[in-house]
Amino acid sequence: MKILSLMTAVLVGAVLIYGTLDMPKWGDPHSPANTHVSPYYLHHSLEHTATPNVVTSVLADYRGYDTLGETTVIFTAGMACILLLRAGRKRRGKGDV
Amino acid sequence: MIRDSQDVIVKTLSRLLVPFMVIYALYVIMHGHHSPGGGFQGGVILAAGFVLLVVSHGLEQTRKRLSEKAAGVLSSIGVFIYAGIGALCLILGGNYLDYGKLSKLLPVVPAEARSLGILGVEIGVALAVMAVMFTIFLVIFTVGEFPEDDRSEK
Repeated sequence: MKILSLMTAVLVGAVLIYGTLDMPKWGDPHSPANTHVSPYYLHHSLEHTATPNVVTSVLADYRGYDTLGETTVIFTAGMACILLLRAGRKRRGKGDV
Repeated sequence: MIRDSQDVIVKTLSRLLVPFMVIYALYVIMHGHHSPGGGFQGGVILAAGFVLLVVSHGLEQTRKRLSEKAAGVLSSIGVFIYAGIGALCLILGGNYLDYGKLSKLLPVVPAEARSLGILGVEIGVALAVMAVMFTIFLVIFTVGEFPEDDRSEK
């Protein structure tokens, strides 16, 4: 069973690595992202959002939905910490006292 | 449990330091439009101020300023501000999180409204991040102790 799992992991890993071979090189100025999306944001960010910092305008406006998800992830992490760690504390408290 | 520190140097220094940390955190949040920064970074700096309070002035003193319950509520409010601004844009006739539509409520042009919308969601993010960081710190710090029950005994 272990060998089967290892085989599966190695196989999936190999497929994923094979998939990355087609991707454009890191920082390639002719990649699709750098020829269409990035110049559009750089040119229009100030007139669209009146925000000089392009990073902020992309993070909170163009990609606002993504940032909402990030905030929800952080919120969920906090709630999970409370639920997991405080639940143990309460139960042990009742048992000890 | 962390109790009130008896060290005068630590207490005085942290008392001097915490207000500046809060001011700097607010600066990082509000100045995210012009410089590196924003809700996530500013929220973490805010939480660091509270962590410094816990370390220097003890858990009880810090709880008086921001209780665990209040931190939980604040984190929900932060996410609610973000999602609420998005829903507000939806109600005003735009897409979800399309801040340009906020210009119907605010006396500014759509581009400026987008800038203000970004500021609004950054404040929401900062609140959520600050409260969650503080909550995680407290919960991990006090694991295995029962401060809620201890308080009455001491």
